[in-house]
Amino acid sequence: MTRVLLFGRLSDIAGWREKSLDPPPARLSDLRALLTADDAALGEALAAPGVQVALDQVLVRDDAVLSARSEVAFLPPMSGG
Amino acid sequence: MISLTDQGFDPGPLLSGFCRGRAETGAVASFTGLARAEGGETKILELEAYPGFTEAQISAIAETAMTRFALHDLMIIHRIGQIAPGEPIVFVATAAAHRRAAFEACDYLMDYLKSRAPFWKKEHGPGGARWIEPRDQDHEDIARWA
Repeated sequence: MTRVLLFGRLSDIAGWREKSLDPPPARLSDLRALLTADDAALGEALAAPGVQVALDQVLVRDDAVLSARSEVAFLPPMSGG
Repeated sequence: MISLTDQGFDPGPLLSGFCRGRAETGAVASFTGLARAEGGETKILELEAYPGFTEAQISAIAETAMTRFALHDLMIIHRIGQIAPGEPIVFVATAAAHRRAAFEACDYLMDYLKSRAPFWKKEHGPGGARWIEPRDQDHEDIARWA
């Protein structure tokens, strides 16, 4: 089971903040393809410049292998303070 | 100390507490960020964090600042959840032997908190809600530390 988390504007676009995918996708690129097939607007937003990905709370830049219990978070540009 | 809170806080007692019991610290600098009303455009500011990840990323920023500015100590308090105009959003304090390091570390920490710490900010106003993204100025500010 892969836990997918959306933050900021991404959750507004998708209409959800958290989703579990079972069976888990093999790779991050497979997860992106699944989410895009399900919701093209979300897929486009996830691919937008400035959107980062955290896999099990570590930022990843490239494609990555997902484990059976990965947590994948999509992070739009950050704005604190 | 690094803390995220969904409760309002008073920066005064935080600063007093931070200054207490220091024999070798010659300088403490602090910064308090307040939520702006934007002329009535912002009724409520909503701050979202990624529990666990946000604290870890801020800790990494803090560790870099401790080393870079040879700090004795630092404190970062950041609000999450709903914040009304006029309320403090963020409090940063830095302790160092001399003033320059304390000032600069405070400035550095705020630049990183603005655009590198995992927070997402939504402005709720009379015309609806909108997500705030870092401005060009925020990117220029952080580039100063490269």
